Amino acid sequence: MTEMTLVQAVNRGLEEAMRQDPDVLLLGEDIGVNGGVFRATEGLFKQFGADRVIDTPLSETGIVGTAIGMALYGLKPVAEIQFLDFIYPAFDQIVSELAKFRYRSGGQYPCPVTIRAPYGGGIKGGLYHSQSTEAYFCHTAGLKVAIPSTPADAKGLLLTAIHDPDPVIFLEPKRIYRSVTGEVPDGDHRVPFGRARLVREGNDVSVFAYGAMVAPATEAAEALAAEGLSTEVIDLRSLVPLDEEAVVASVEKTGRAVVVHEAARTCGFGAELSAILAEKAFFSLRAPIARVTGYDTPFPYALENAYLPNAEKIVHAVRATMKAA
Amino acid sequence: MLDAYRWMVVARVTDERCLSLQRQGRIGFYAPLSGQEAAQVGAALAMQEEDWFFPAYRELAVALVRGIPLRSIFDQLVGNSLDVSKGRQMPNHFGFRDKNIVVPSSPIGTQITHAVGAAMAARRRHDPIATIAFFGDGATSSNDFHAGLNFAGVFGTPTIFLCQNNQWAISLPREKQTRSATLAEKSNAYGFPGVVVDGNDLNAVYRAVSEARARAVRGEGPTLIEAQVYRFGPHSTSDDPHRYRSDAEVAAARERDPIQRLARGLVQAGVLEAGAEKAIWETARGDVARAFEAAEGAPAVDALSLFDDVFETRTPQLEAQRSGFAAGAGSGGGTP
Ligand SMILES: Cc1ncc(C[n+]2csc(CCOP(=O)(O)OP(=O)(O)O)c2C)c(N)n1
Ligand SMILES: [Mg+2]
Repeated sequence: MTEMTLVQAVNRGLEEAMRQDPDVLLLGEDIGVNGGVFRATEGLFKQFGADRVIDTPLSETGIVGTAIGMALYGLKPVAEIQFLDFIYPAFDQIVSELAKFRYRSGGQYPCPVTIRAPYGGGIKGGLYHSQSTEAYFCHTAGLKVAIPSTPADAKGLLLTAIHDPDPVIFLEPKRIYRSVTGEVPDGDHRVPFGRARLVREGNDVSVFAYGAMVAPATEAAEALAAEGLSTEVIDLRSLVPLDEEAVVASVEKTGRAVVVHEAARTCGFGAELSAILAEKAFFSLRAPIARVTGYDTPFPYALENAYLPNAEKIVHAVRATMKAA
Repeated sequence: MLDAYRWMVVARVTDERCLSLQRQGRIGFYAPLSGQEAAQVGAALAMQEEDWFFPAYRELAVALVRGIPLRSIFDQLVGNSLDVSKGRQMPNHFGFRDKNIVVPSSPIGTQITHAVGAAMAARRRHDPIATIAFFGDGATSSNDFHAGLNFAGVFGTPTIFLCQNNQWAISLPREKQTRSATLAEKSNAYGFPGVVVDGNDLNAVYRAVSEARARAVRGEGPTLIEAQVYRFGPHSTSDDPHRYRSDAEVAAARERDPIQRLARGLVQAGVLEAGAEKAIWETARGDVARAFEAAEGAPAVDALSLFDDVFETRTPQLEAQRSGFAAGAGSGGGTP
């Protein structure tokens, strides 16, 4: 175990994967000599060389398209998209190619590419350095989507992603890259997809969150504890595959659900969670499901804090849920 | 060379047969390659067994040259249970892993960057091979053409970009695709050679691709080849070319038919006896008819295979949807 920040854990995960398997290589913008704009690949260029830490021209289409070609050939490329907001030039490659290669070839061509991208608000990044658009990828059959909220999970989920036989969109909550530290297991630490993490046990209400929203959800639970409310907090860890069992079981126990994400509300992942709960936990629900999300506006610069969910908004939603029945 | 002629004839006969099969409703769709046989066969012959191919949807003759049996091609065109791609795609999207022919998609140009990435991977593995991407004149306007050629230039990859300029992208003529005088000259911007070849001349294409391949495996980087051809048929069975081009233009292009040209050359060289073509065409017609009939008679794809190959192993969600579907609950599988 070593104490480190989330971005250091990403770095350790990449290093571990590259040491384990010579087929793992990295490509992206400014990831080599510069070590990445967030320093996620710091030191790796020196350690593994320009053949395995590839500084590419400024083209997301090119990064993902060539990563796909490498994966078809048998390598395990890990592509960095500098910010999730800049992934759209590669959207066609991700949705039309990466997600569909295995299926369209009848299983002949698996395409195990990992795409890492820092996502989310809270860094004063404005419209184009803040968005949280995981739902686009969850909506596309053939992609897995994982989002860590702790340093240990950042390393563990990343190693799982890189060794997964299928493509994974790995979203890193850049807002907490350096603000959280935690103990991270050394060596080959893997956290499986599809297993939610019970952050805090409770009996009165279940709060579901992932990535940077786990911290305010936990903060809210602590505040509510002072009022005598017992709040369960569940970190989903991977959205595809989703740990439906854990989600449903928690609501069967508490009878109340609050879903939190910083993405815009309409068709956000919370809508999917709410639908699943309506389908599978309907008779356990004692109050309407509440969503605490970003608004259906572009991500604002000056009003970032107004836009983002926080502990106060979550507390408010939980109280409303408690009053409803 | 006689083999090349045979493949070109088989491709032409397949075109004729498939256009009529589609009208009869026995296959769903077809995109003919007539007029492009020499470009495809010449290019495929110049590549080696271990090289990787990244075709688009029109490269049927490439598959023939790589040794794919007609029968497998028709299994894909029909979309039956014997199709190696399990009937997942529209006709013409052929891919065969055992021959290093990567399965194409429909979006134009996307395979170009894949060919570059695979070449980077081959180099990392120290495999002395080349990759070749096939695409049309329309694809030279795509994002991936630019990204792919740019990456190939920067990384000096062993890649051949084979553009079959058939003068049309559905209804858009070549001169409305770009103001460049040639497509080949676009390689200048990426820092590597581009050459124009007469795509009706099998030998010229063969030589150009052979040279490009030799350069590639010597570590001298990529080449863009513009093979100038003409699309004799409609863009696909969904297209009516009378809306945008004249019969006279097509007739003039047919004067330069690559198959007739090769036949003349073979007769002159004494490889083919004058009049012996007839038997080759007859054999091809019989082979094509038999391959189609066998494919048409093969069992349909199993409905439950719908849920396979999304991932290596089904997620719990897919498992639930599959059980629901199997139980007759339709797509709502997974509800209690
Ligand atoms: C990205 C994209 N846009 C539009 C289409 C529809 N479309 C299919 S083929 C085609 C023309 C392609 O022309 P070209 O690249 O010259 O190839 P050709 O069909 O002539 O072989 C178009 C517009 C498509 N498949 N993909
Ligand atoms: Mg064309």
